[in-house]
Amino acid sequence: MWDYNKKVMDHFLHPQNVGEIKDADAIGEVGNIRCGDALKLFLKLDPRTKKIVDVKFKTFGCASAIASSSALTELVKGMTLEEAAKVTNKDIVKILGELPEEKLHCSVMGMEALQAAIANYKGEKGEAPEDADHDGVVICKCFGVTDTKIRAVAKENNLHKAEEITNYTKAGGGCGCCLDDIQQILDELWRKEASKPAKHLPQKLTTVQKVMKVQEVMDKEIKPMLEKDGGSIELVDIQGDKVIVRLCGRCASCPASGVTLKNTVQDKLREFVAPELIVEEAK
Amino acid sequence: MSKIVYADNNATTQTDPEVLEAMEPFFCELYGNPSSIHTFGGQVAGHIRKARESLASLLGCEPTEIIFTSCGTESDNSGIMSALYLNPERRKIVISKVEHPAVKNLGSELVRRGYKVEEIPVDGKGRLDMDKLKQEVNAETAVVSVMWANNETGNIYPVREVAQIAHQHGALFHTDAVQAVGKIPMNLAKESIDMLSLSGHKLHAPKGIGALYVKRGVRFRPYIIGGHQERSRRGGTENVTGIVALGKAAELAEKNMKLENTKVKALRDRLEKELVSAVPKTRVNGDTESRLPNTSNISFEFIEGEAILLLMNQLGICASSGSACTTGSLEPSHVLRAMGVPYTAAHGSIRFSLSRFNTEDEIDYIIKSLPPIIERLRQISPYWK
Repeated sequence: MWDYNKKVMDHFLHPQNVGEIKDADAIGEVGNIRCGDALKLFLKLDPRTKKIVDVKFKTFGCASAIASSSALTELVKGMTLEEAAKVTNKDIVKILGELPEEKLHCSVMGMEALQAAIANYKGEKGEAPEDADHDGVVICKCFGVTDTKIRAVAKENNLHKAEEITNYTKAGGGCGCCLDDIQQILDELWRKEASKPAKHLPQKLTTVQKVMKVQEVMDKEIKPMLEKDGGSIELVDIQGDKVIVRLCGRCASCPASGVTLKNTVQDKLREFVAPELIVEEAK
Repeated sequence: MSKIVYADNNATTQTDPEVLEAMEPFFCELYGNPSSIHTFGGQVAGHIRKARESLASLLGCEPTEIIFTSCGTESDNSGIMSALYLNPERRKIVISKVEHPAVKNLGSELVRRGYKVEEIPVDGKGRLDMDKLKQEVNAETAVVSVMWANNETGNIYPVREVAQIAHQHGALFHTDAVQAVGKIPMNLAKESIDMLSLSGHKLHAPKGIGALYVKRGVRFRPYIIGGHQERSRRGGTENVTGIVALGKAAELAEKNMKLENTKVKALRDRLEKELVSAVPKTRVNGDTESRLPNTSNISFEFIEGEAILLLMNQLGICASSGSACTTGSLEPSHVLRAMGVPYTAAHGSIRFSLSRFNTEDEIDYIIKSLPPIIERLRQISPYWK
């Protein structure tokens, strides 16, 4: 017997917003009866503000699938579509308090139904639907889960093990013969993520952000290296992409200081702050 | 939740109060070791002998053909592994697709150890494909293991015919009879079954006691190596309370065999008939021509079993489901899938399994409670129109 908490049981025993909306502006449908769960979500939008004024669902599935659907509808009511697009499975779990590990895929199903509904709305309005879910190669044949979905869920929830992917997406939970493939996808994904520099940086830094970030990287990454050789560095100015620094201590008199500047300082700053930076020495 | 209606007897049963009474003295009074030389311990051996005789009487075999074990799973493992050990040149076993995990997963492990394991398919009603069985059993086969009755559907399998096929090729025949013992009259002396597994807690004895029958003349290699207990066929100090309990339970089962096939069967038939007529879009899974008298496996289409069980649980009704969600596995029951039950129905399957302790009132209660639960979940389901 699953150990559902009171919140999950409340949503299961008294689900909110069950039903259909006849003239819905958006319908999202995910899962299928073969997989053992499915969710159909109906959204009604305010024509002016584009806020979700009504939402209804129908779910085929276990208690946690029904509870996740109910929680989702409570969550998104009143949101704009932009806000709703940012909802993740974690937000659904947060409302429910917790879900058993093996049931986390129910919350993912909620998120996917919402995304499908939003895509459905945009599709109707003539824009390209973002159907990331249906892209990619099917990895898990039992549940029809693609590599694209595996990567997306892994990134969102910081998953590193194939078994965790099973809990979130069901992939690998049938015959289990794709578990090795899933692990390979994860290993590749996280290897790439680790080697991807400055992954959390926004596209364009403001000047203040740039100064702060450069200072931080200099303090944490560059100074300790130079100090090992008895040298140091200080930031003089930043003009656009030009970072002007002064080498101190032994570095100042070192004949190889030009190499240090380009190979060490500039490379580190390009790696951690922005790839277009150019480092110059103060005159 | 004060009132409990227990309709999950294929999972486990209530220990019969008479069984409890029989085992009680062996905790604090007659706690001696039956292997001891002193009278205080030695007298316990007499009670074990008596229990063995009761069980032998239920099975229609000789007491010496019974080895007490810890559970049905140990019995299954012991029997099959013994057959493989004693026939090292035969590297194949044949089982059915609907075996209990105690046999099915042992089969998967044997594949990893280099054995060939053939799973014989079943038809839509869960009946064994006898032609395929005949094809697959050959001179390489060490043992054929087919359950006597299935735990999920209650289907009864033609063990006599399967044993004959096994023997035609010099293979041994083992049957997991955990669900059958106590419900189907047996006379093993007249059968050509080589080994048979049973479990105490499915017939109103407590958990932790089982037995393996090994026909006289069939060689057996112990699975648990240790002392001389069970005539050196199963090491380990005897579970005296468990053995005494199983003996008493066997005695009661023999006495109540008729009840299982009259009263319990009538309760099951009424439950099934009324539920199927009260709820649209249902199907009964299994072979209604040949199944245990206590089991009914009903699919309520377009809804999911775990949700049904949880709502039943709110009303104190205990049953099981073949749905994926109830087990933590993501696939519905391997038995229903082997039968080709459509996914719409497999996920919504509920197994009711009754015992002689169930009453007419309890059946009324289930019949009254279930239809609104089904209706409520169907209202939420996107597949229900």
